[in-house]
Amino acid sequence: MGRFDAVTDRQLAGLKTVLFLLALVPAGRLAWGAWQGTLGANPIEAVTRGLGDWTLNFVVLTLCVTPLRKATGWVWLTRLRRMLGLFAFFHATLHVTSYVWFDQFFDWGEIARDILKRPFITAGFAAFAIMALLAATSSNAMVRRLGGRRWRDLHRSIYALALIGVVHYAWMVKKDITLPAAYGAAIAFLLGLRAWWRWQERQRQLAGAYLKKPKGKVIPIAIKR
Amino acid sequence: MLIKRPDPIPILPSEITDAGVHARRRDFLRLSIGAGLVAAAGQPLLPARAQPPSGERLSIASRTDYAAMEKPSDLEDVATYGNYIEFSFDKETAMGLANRRLRVRPWTVRIEGLVRQPRTLAIEDLLRLAPLEERVYRHRCVEGWSMVIPWVGFPLSVLLRQAEPLGSAKYVELVTATQPDTMPNLRSRQVEWPYLEGLRLDEAMHPLTLAAVGMYGQTLPGANGAPLRLVVPWKYGYKGAKSVQVIRLVEREPQTFWNKAQPEEYGFYANVNPDVDHPRWSQARERRIGEFFKRKTLPFNGYADQVAQLYAGMDLRKHY
Ligand code: HEM
Repeated sequence: MGRFDAVTDRQLAGLKTVLFLLALVPAGRLAWGAWQGTLGANPIEAVTRGLGDWTLNFVVLTLCVTPLRKATGWVWLTRLRRMLGLFAFFHATLHVTSYVWFDQFFDWGEIARDILKRPFITAGFAAFAIMALLAATSSNAMVRRLGGRRWRDLHRSIYALALIGVVHYAWMVKKDITLPAAYGAAIAFLLGLRAWWRWQERQRQLAGAYLKKPKGKVIPIAIKR
Repeated sequence: MLIKRPDPIPILPSEITDAGVHARRRDFLRLSIGAGLVAAAGQPLLPARAQPPSGERLSIASRTDYAAMEKPSDLEDVATYGNYIEFSFDKETAMGLANRRLRVRPWTVRIEGLVRQPRTLAIEDLLRLAPLEERVYRHRCVEGWSMVIPWVGFPLSVLLRQAEPLGSAKYVELVTATQPDTMPNLRSRQVEWPYLEGLRLDEAMHPLTLAAVGMYGQTLPGANGAPLRLVVPWKYGYKGAKSVQVIRLVEREPQTFWNKAQPEEYGFYANVNPDVDHPRWSQARERRIGEFFKRKTLPFNGYADQVAQLYAGMDLRKHY
């Protein structure tokens, strides 16, 4: 048993508070920089881009939770996942607000044209729409309403969302695709892990592992309802 | 994906966030709005930053405002925000490196090709070639931002006449500096070096087309294309080749850097045109650096009266 295998609810609450405050740092720095005038000649662009970067960063962090849990055996990591996902949505909302407000000044006709005409905006919008759906169904009540499996299947669309987010980034840049490619590689790796686990699981099933008698003595247990 | 199925797998308690975090989601919303308001507070977005790189003072013979009395942008912004991609794809990195590293002496500019008198001129002689004019021009980047810049220089036509172009010359090709030891991004294989630009001869001879050697009364900072660059105020900024070394008069339309890199996005003509969108963004409006909201982009960047006749009868959607 490792030291961090189990945490108490109090420890977890503390951890969540720390994580919550840390997650506010990037947006706080951008707001402070805008206030202080240290974001360079085009602060609005710096804010929009910074928020776009952090949206993607939080998507990647969210996707890291399950692999980390499997690698470490720290089951409680999963209990941080919703907060990370919601922080991705938080940054996405600010990112889109920045675009709607500062770039387009609430010109909804122009925004609609942009979404239809410009592939990179179309992609961003699609990713944001999926994100909004996931955020809206992130509550316990929604988990109950949808039912566990349906909820889980729905929330697996984070895989698509992450890829569309990278495409949005790649289509935005002028020429240098180094950074979008790096994000793409990271996300491909994280999704690849999941495909691999599935494949392994499938192999186990095909091998009929579940039919084999478990070794040792079976202890009957009663489940209290 | 949303097919209703029986639900054999219960959600583990560990997969469910506790009510505390859930309730705090309201705070996300409040914060979103709060941060938006801070960012929107406009006034503090005008920065007060370090001193710009200082060049040598130039003696200026005449001053003309071609920007309808608009206030020039902050020198600091002009010297730090822009592209010089031989140094880096990232604006800030590129401009910083160019200001610190670009080697501008010794420097010669060669005029060759279809000319009677090929010439090689040292930068010292170029600075004395003609009376230096200060011209305040609007500057519109293809990326959607713009500035107002007081350039110092002389019409490019003065320089071209030095070499006496032949009648067969129809275009001008500009080759810019490659300094592998100062320009790290020359190693990038994503684009083809050197940075080439070009103009039709009548565009190059147009009185608005400037060979700039300075701005804000001083010699050019490295980042802005020292020691000599092209300024074509009715075209997107990328036409303004920086740190020019060779001016070649040719018969055919020359290949240009951005056009080779992404032909469907960056045309040879690159006239500022609010009606012809870049494939990935609209060109209808622009953000003037230092201003908060975008403003309308003007046809030919507001110089239509002087230059529109150069393109009479041309389909500017095709020749973007
Ligand atoms: C309606 C939805 C969206 C719109 C309209 C939108 C718009 C934009 C715009 C206009 C830019 C360029 C900013 C500039 O150059 O000034 C941008 C950049 C970016 N966006 Fe979005 N976006 C949306 C959703 C998203 C989402 C959901 C993500 C992440 C999953 C995202 C990630 C990014 C990233 C990473 C960048 C590049 C930042 C950089 O250059 O460093 N965007 N977006």
